Amino acid sequence: MDLGVDAIRRMQSWAERRLPALTRYRRPESLPIELHRRRIYIVPTGFGLGFTVLLTVMLVGALNYANNAALLLTCLLGAASTASMLIAFRNLDGLRLTTIQAGHAIAGQPLTLQFHMQSAGRMHQAVYLEVDGQTQAFAIAPGDSTRVVFSLATTQRGWQPLPRIKLWTSWPLGLFRSWSWLYPQQSSLVWPRPEAHGPPPSQPPDDLHRRRLHHGEDLAALRDYRPGDPLRHIAWKVSARHHSLLVKDFEQPEGHEAWRLDWRQLSALDHEARIARLARWLGEAEAKGRRSSLWLPEEEIASGIGQAHYTCCMNALARLP
Amino acid sequence: MLSRSRLGETTIDIRAFDLICLTMAVVLALHMPQLPIWLSSALALILGLRWWQRRRWPGRAPAYLKLPLLGLLTMAVIFQYHSIFGREPGTALAVGLLVLKLLETETPRDAQVSMAFACFALMAALLFNQSMLVTAGVALGLLPALAALRALQPARMATTMPRELLPAFGLLAASLPLTLFAFVLVPRLNSPLWATPPTPQARTGLSEQMSPGDFAELLTDDRPALRVSFDDAQPAPAQRYFRAYVMWRYDGRRWDYMGDPRPPATVESADSIAYRISLEASNQRVLPALDVPLAAPAQARLSADRELIADKPVNEALNYSLRSALHYRLQAELDDREQRRGLQLPADFNPRTRALAAQWRQQFGKNDAAIVQQALTMFHNDNFRYTLSPAPLGRDAMDDFLFTTREGFCEHYASAFTVLMRAAGIPARIVTGYQGGYWNSLGNYLLVRQSDAHAWSEVWLAGRGWVRMDPTAAVRPERVSLGAAAATGDQASWYRNQWLQNLRNRWDIVNHWWNEGIIGFDALRQRGLLVPFGIRDTDTTTLSLLLTVTCVLFAAVGLAWALWRRRRQDALSTAMRTLERKLARVKVIRRLSEGPQHYLSRAARALPHQRRELERLMDAYLSLRYAHDEPPTEPLKAFQKAARNFRPRRTST
Repeated sequence: MDLGVDAIRRMQSWAERRLPALTRYRRPESLPIELHRRRIYIVPTGFGLGFTVLLTVMLVGALNYANNAALLLTCLLGAASTASMLIAFRNLDGLRLTTIQAGHAIAGQPLTLQFHMQSAGRMHQAVYLEVDGQTQAFAIAPGDSTRVVFSLATTQRGWQPLPRIKLWTSWPLGLFRSWSWLYPQQSSLVWPRPEAHGPPPSQPPDDLHRRRLHHGEDLAALRDYRPGDPLRHIAWKVSARHHSLLVKDFEQPEGHEAWRLDWRQLSALDHEARIARLARWLGEAEAKGRRSSLWLPEEEIASGIGQAHYTCCMNALARLP
Repeated sequence: MLSRSRLGETTIDIRAFDLICLTMAVVLALHMPQLPIWLSSALALILGLRWWQRRRWPGRAPAYLKLPLLGLLTMAVIFQYHSIFGREPGTALAVGLLVLKLLETETPRDAQVSMAFACFALMAALLFNQSMLVTAGVALGLLPALAALRALQPARMATTMPRELLPAFGLLAASLPLTLFAFVLVPRLNSPLWATPPTPQARTGLSEQMSPGDFAELLTDDRPALRVSFDDAQPAPAQRYFRAYVMWRYDGRRWDYMGDPRPPATVESADSIAYRISLEASNQRVLPALDVPLAAPAQARLSADRELIADKPVNEALNYSLRSALHYRLQAELDDREQRRGLQLPADFNPRTRALAAQWRQQFGKNDAAIVQQALTMFHNDNFRYTLSPAPLGRDAMDDFLFTTREGFCEHYASAFTVLMRAAGIPARIVTGYQGGYWNSLGNYLLVRQSDAHAWSEVWLAGRGWVRMDPTAAVRPERVSLGAAAATGDQASWYRNQWLQNLRNRWDIVNHWWNEGIIGFDALRQRGLLVPFGIRDTDTTTLSLLLTVTCVLFAAVGLAWALWRRRRQDALSTAMRTLERKLARVKVIRRLSEGPQHYLSRAARALPHQRRELERLMDAYLSLRYAHDEPPTEPLKAFQKAARNFRPRRTST
């Protein structure tokens, strides 16, 4: 049986090399991707081939011994096996990959990917999702959807395209394998890895900073209005000069100075080392609950705090050339 | 959701294992009749222990247990059959290996191999018995096998055990039409590819010898022996004598059949009756026929005594058509040799019987018919009793029977009668076969069971030839007019219950159809398949072509099913389309760019008589479509009904 599986695997890889149009879609596609008859392929599994040989033996035996009852049941088993091929096809047909949610990963750490699979009003069972050599099985009830979570290895920061995805099933009897390749047009951003240790960021003189903060209606202390903010927090005067409502932010921790993290101050280091240092500082700021602003060659991120700010800064770092 | 990697690396879950055990239990149960009882019980024990063990401590059975068991199994098979090749030892070995395979079944791959092998073992049960019940049993055995294969797949919706079998049943049921077509069309082999060794089997049935008491077992055997369908009216119960063996030689204890190679005896007959017999496997070469057959069917010949002898033993159900005479003169002239054979008696047996015969001869002179009548009268009047458990007979068996015990069944009476006739100088012989049968009015055929086995005599009377004499009828007329079951009334047991017996006789029609339609569908019948369509001989090429066409047709149907998707219909849009179709009939056609409000207002203007109705429909539609995320059920139903009932009337002004 192993030999058969090997042979099939070799044949599959040959077909993928020689007949790419036949075995998968070559160009990345946009989500959602729905599986349909043009992109589902079926071959017998090794077990299926073995079972066929067994059925042939039984057929010849039944004919030779003129045993009609055995012939009838051999025909029954043969017809059922063939019908299972159609079920294998239907098990994939109509399955949709709606979205892929990528988590945030630092280069070298695994990236979490959530695949949202949706059924089109039909039960799908024992479907395998294969990403980058990892396999997971899932089932979806009719009209339902499910998430399949993978963690993908990362090596370097920046945009990382998703690997080719394979959906396959050998439902219901394991005699046939139907499969389809997916090549979603989606990349995920891998953050730079922070350096292990280094000096803390150099800070501008305290008094200057304090003066700026207490100068009155500085924009750094204001933020956009969000539904639910109390009316008395709205900075009406400032808002009048802007297009949108601004709200006085009272949540800023008192007594902490904002870190100004500037790319240009690190000219002594090389490109990647600068990024790594900035990444570490951002991490420390986030851990200590300090406000920070990031100044990059082509991008400036105003002083802020919190997970969204951190993500925004790390994304900017990851995107650097 | 289960996170599992590929097949082969994981262990199977408890449900799959239970299904595998169930499959093996079915295999074992189907093979029970042909396996020695100790082997099947041992295998059942292993199966049960393994099931229990895996529930307690999941994991393979240890190797030190497996190898000795394998050795033991091989030795047991050799000990029982003295070989491991051939049908019986091969099957025993296969079933044993299958059960032992369970000991190491832990991964899905093991389980797949087991289940494929189980399918093979299930089919092997049909080598021994092709009856409908066994075939149905095998088909039922396929259910857990397929369900087990299904249960090996990961990430399934959890269900209960009986529900696991349901999809397998559905799959088999859906495959049935293709199966039947393929069964009919797969070209049969005219001659086997390799020789099929004759497989004599111990079956109860008629045999080539008969001594009083032999039938005792047979007469309680309820298995069908043959089924007869008559082209015209069926003969009266008293005429339903099916001759099998004619026995001449008597050694004082036993009657023997000696094949006589001479040409068949002449028969003069005025009428004849055409019928068709479907004979169950008997492992005998003789083909029972109603009374005196006029010609032999294909692959059989007529013997000198007009018995039908097939060219080879009947190992599978066989169908043949015949024509027989019911009123006839068989062998009007008897030559010296046959005269001698017809009077042969061992010299020093049964002195009292001989004396009685000699006395009758003296009394009636040359009147053979009167002697025959005298003997029958004696059986009728002298307190002879019909019973299936008579007292044993001594060396002079006929003396003991006629003068001492006076109880027995057909064999005793036929034997005693024939000895009496021979002793009186009238040529006589024993005939064994079947008498009576149950007329199945539903299926229009006569069911003859093994328990209808019967023995009677034929005496040769000058001018009349061989005449059938049934002394049993003189003792117990019901045996002939009502059948074997009526005759043994005093030994009624539970299975002879009248009601149950009737039920069984009616149920037999299914077996009859099975034997006629499925088992009897041979190369010959296949060639005549297309006769109704004007093709006399359907050869292999035509059959292959037909098979291909059928497969393509079924593939098309299957593909259509596989590719078909239920379009998610919006009930509201469907109702609206109905309305549009109706309005289109009165030339109010919705334009491509037209919204529902505009369209329905236009329709209201075009049909001023129904203005109010259309406006109501429009309001309802707009409210259903735009006032809610999902149209509420009750108003939707009202709208559907209104759209359905709407009848546009164009004013003819």
